[in-house]
Parts: sequence; C-alpha cells; structure tokens
Amino acid sequence: MTDAVAPASSVADAKAAPETMAWDSGLRRLMMIYLPLGCFVLILLFPFYWMAITSFKPNAELMNYKEHNPFWISSPTLAHVKHLLFDTAYPRWLWTTMMVAIGATTLSLVASTLAAYAIERLRFRGSPYVGLGIYLAYLVPPSILFIPLATVVVQFGLFDSPLALILVYPTFLVPFCTWLLIGYFKSIPYELEECALVDGATRLQILRRITLPLAVPGLISAGIFSFTLSWNEFIYALAFIQSGANKTVPVAILTELVTGDVYQWGALMAGSLLGSLPVAIFYSLFVDYYVSSLTGAVKE
Amino acid sequence: MSVTTLSSPVLAQRQANWLVRLFDYKPFLIVMCLAPAIGLLAVFLTYPLGLGIWLAFTDTTIGQKGIFVGLDNFQYLLSDPLWWNAVFYSVVYTGIATFGKFALGFWLALLLNNHFPFKSLLRAIILLPWIVPTVLSALAFWWIYDPQFSIISYLLVDVLHWRTSNIDFLGSPWPARFSLIAANIWRGIPFVAISLLAGLQTISPSLYEAAMLDGASAWQRFRYITFPMMMPILAIVMTFSIIFTFTDFQLVYAITRGGPGNSTHLLATLAFQRGIAGGELGEGAAIAVSMIPFLVFATLFSYFGLARRKWQQGEAND
Repeated sequence: MTDAVAPASSVADAKAAPETMAWDSGLRRLMMIYLPLGCFVLILLFPFYWMAITSFKPNAELMNYKEHNPFWISSPTLAHVKHLLFDTAYPRWLWTTMMVAIGATTLSLVASTLAAYAIERLRFRGSPYVGLGIYLAYLVPPSILFIPLATVVVQFGLFDSPLALILVYPTFLVPFCTWLLIGYFKSIPYELEECALVDGATRLQILRRITLPLAVPGLISAGIFSFTLSWNEFIYALAFIQSGANKTVPVAILTELVTGDVYQWGALMAGSLLGSLPVAIFYSLFVDYYVSSLTGAVKE
Repeated sequence: MSVTTLSSPVLAQRQANWLVRLFDYKPFLIVMCLAPAIGLLAVFLTYPLGLGIWLAFTDTTIGQKGIFVGLDNFQYLLSDPLWWNAVFYSVVYTGIATFGKFALGFWLALLLNNHFPFKSLLRAIILLPWIVPTVLSALAFWWIYDPQFSIISYLLVDVLHWRTSNIDFLGSPWPARFSLIAANIWRGIPFVAISLLAGLQTISPSLYEAAMLDGASAWQRFRYITFPMMMPILAIVMTFSIIFTFTDFQLVYAITRGGPGNSTHLLATLAFQRGIAGGELGEGAAIAVSMIPFLVFATLFSYFGLARRKWQQGEAND
C-alpha cells in the first residue's frame, strides 16, 4: 500500500491502487513488472550467453543440433581458446588494444581536465563559447571524419601505427570528458579556492592540491568511460591500421579471423568473449561511476 | 604574493620564481590550459572536417592528389542507384531503430523505476550490451543469424514447430535489413533506458500524489506528468541517438558488409567501400559529406520538435 505513494512510484507501480487486495496487487506486480523485466533481461543477455557457450563447445556439437541440446554443452573444450592464444596473434592484438586505450585515455584526461578547469574556474570572456564549441565537437560523428582523417594520418607519417589511434581517439573523448568534468568542477565550492588564493597559493597549486583531489570521482568516471570507448572504437582502427600485427581486437577478429567460406564460429566467439571480458571486468569494478557519468553527461 | 624573494641569491630559484609567476598570470594560464584540448580538436577534428568537404569537390584517389572538379562527385551520386539505396536504407534504419529503441527503452526505464530487490545489480547487467564492443556483439548476432545453425530458427522449427524451414536472415534484402535493425535496437535499448531512468528519478513524487488525489488514472498520470516532464531529456537523448544511428557503421560492416546485393549499405559503409577499400577518396568524402544535411535536419527536428515547449517549472511556452 505504501508502494503506491513511495518516492519512485511510476505508472506500472501506481497501477496497484491503494484499495486493491494484497494478493491482487502481488499478481499484478508480477505481470506488470517482473514478467516484462524478465523478458528484457533474457533478450539483452542471450547473445552473451550464446557467445560464451559457443566458445567452449567442440565443433561436433556446434554443428549438430539433433543429437546435442544447443543450449548446453555436453563436453566443454578449451580448444578454441587454445587455438586463439597460441595459433594466432591474439595476445598481440590484446596488448595493442590495451596500450592504445590507456594512451588515448591518459591524453584525453589531461587535455580535458585542463580545458574544463580553464572554462569553469579561470572564467574569461568567451569561456561559455569555448565550452559550447567543445560540446559541438561531440556531435561530429567519426563516420564523416574517417576519410579525410586517413589522409591527415598519412601526411603525418602515422599510417599503420597505433600512435595514430592514440592521437585520433581524443577527438571524441575530449568533448565528452570536458563536459563531464565541467559538471564536476561546478559542484566544488568556489570558496575553497578563494581561501587558498588568499593564503597565497598559485593557480596551479590550487588545481593540484584542491580542485583535483575533490574531482577524483569525476576523473574516474571520465577515465573508465574513455577507456571503454577507446577499446570499442572500430572505424578509425579499421581505416588507419593495415598490418595484421598492429590491429586492435575488434578489427583483428573481423578481418583476420573471418577467413574462407567456413567460419570458425568457436574461435570467433572465443575471440569476442575474450575481447569483451576486459571492458566487462573494468566496468563491473566501477559500475556506479559509470552509470553516474552516463546519466550526468546527458543531464548536463 | 609580494616579491619577497628578491634577496635570495640563487639564480635557479629566481628562474623558478619567474616561471611560477608566469604560470600564475591568468591569460597565459588560460592559453596553456586550453592548448592541448583545442590543439587536438583543431588538428584531428576541425581540419579534417574542412578537408573532407574540400575532398568531396575533388577527384582525389589514394596516392594521387586530385584536382577541383566542382559538383561532379555529387552529380554522379545523384545518378547512382546505390547511393539512393543507401540513403533509403539509412533513413529506414534510423527511423525504425530509433522508434524501437525509444519505445522499448522507455518501457524498460519505467520498469526499472520500481522498487524491487537487486535493483542496482539489474541496472548494471542491463548496460552490458552497451559496454561490450559493438563489433564483438555484432559477431554474436551474425552467428545467431546463421542460415543453417541459427538458434532462432532452431527454436521456431524444432522446439516450437511454428515453421517448417529455417529463416534465411541475411540471405535476402528485407530480412537482412530487419535483422540489422533488430541488432541495432538490442544494442541501443540500455543507453536509452538508463538515461531516461535518470530523468524519471528527477520527477518529484508530489506531482503524482497531487494527480492521484485529483483522481487521475495511471494513463493520465503518464500522459500529463511523466511524458511532458521527460520531454527535455528525451530531446537530448534522441538527438544523440539519431546522429549515431544514422552514421552507424560497425553493425552493418560486421554482419553483412552491405550485402546481399548492396541492399543493406548505410551511407557510412558505402563511403568506406568507395573511399578506403576502393581508393576513391573524393567520392567517398562526397558520400560522407552527403550525410551532413540529413544530420542537421534530424538534429534540428528532434531537438526543436521535442524541446520546443519548456514544460518544466511552469516556464512560459514560447
């Protein structure tokens, strides 16, 4: 009964009107909330289950639904994972992806922290316009940029080098991180900085000793967001990297492992699973930061 | 901050002081702070954007500097059935996928806005499709859509006996188009749901209490409170969603590469095929540039169409 007027009451919840009997509202809750929620979770997670189960199935079971229940594994095998780790350059691809993601994240974090600090705290004439300009940069999708960027990358002699990706990824990371951090800096009381100014601290000391320590949650959010976005990036990595050894995981799986007419589904799914795990683990460690940054950036 | 160190004899210290004072000089500090971000964006975003528009008016190919050819590229595109095909499918793809994502995502957000056990765990799980690299989940969909061993076909044919033959998901144009749209909706639901959930949580419960006292039905509460209050956030999320769905590349490239028979090319995949794989940089750039009017239109439409009225806080309608 209290449910109906609880803070987060919503349409479905409130439908259980206060005067209905307990069993009725329980059944109603089941039909209106738990059943659709269950379907959503089932559909959203099924591809991952399918990916995981395919990775550990022997080929005989993969191609035979008549004798084996496709939803389960009768004799799990590590053959696909072993093939991936020892017969292909997969460890190398993982390493490249990791380096690119860490490099791009570090670069964007430094650049956007400084920019956000200048825009939000050093307030100068036209700082809102600089902020707006950076925000607009976020609306330029990579699909429009990749062709001219490819020629720029060639001009700089960076073609086929992971360094090109480290330099290019900040184009979509910096706008996002800057806006996230502007929001965080706004929440830090300005009086703290004024006190420090009065005590004779320089601006850089203020940034390092006061603002940054208080903005750590924002920095973590921006960092994990950048990391996952760089890990997932595809079109630039596809266009700028040619040699098999320098490819990132998403590109390499699609271009190096998909060969011939008979697809090695076991190896492909094992590769996808292994390539997804680092971001999934990273995400699970910082899930609250992630959700708050996602929603915070949208509300901004 | 007075200059008390004049008496200090060490040169190095004086130099350091000079540096400290330079970095405390506000205009210099502003320039230094903005330089990395603005520099990166100027070199790798603004310049390529301009260069892309220039390339669209030249006949540049890989390894050969092109010359200005005016509107030739665009004239060619207008007479190219493949380009029209890509425009058609991009619009259909964006329209249906955005509608699906928002209908289902809004529903999921409303469901998640209830009280139940393990809520935060569930919220974390639901975001997974959005976290995992799109290409990798697209590969899973490719396998799910396999003509022979599709698990969906297996369910429908062997378990439920609703059909007698396997579904050919990716073998013919329309099924392939809808299979891609389904994968896109699957990937987009979490983002929409979690963003809208954040919006739902900002709606004051007292509004619902007042409406209930006035005898408003559940539908009326949704129609006259939830929906109008959600308009501003819906507008922003939808703008983003439309931009990134219209310019989508990964899903199509991973699952069909534009096939069968070029029927599932989006403008982005067509631009890649012509520009990078085919080497016709000028033509590829023209295809990419041809996306811009659609994007501007879609952005203006979704932003001003939805955010036009400021419902919140009783501000006057303009």
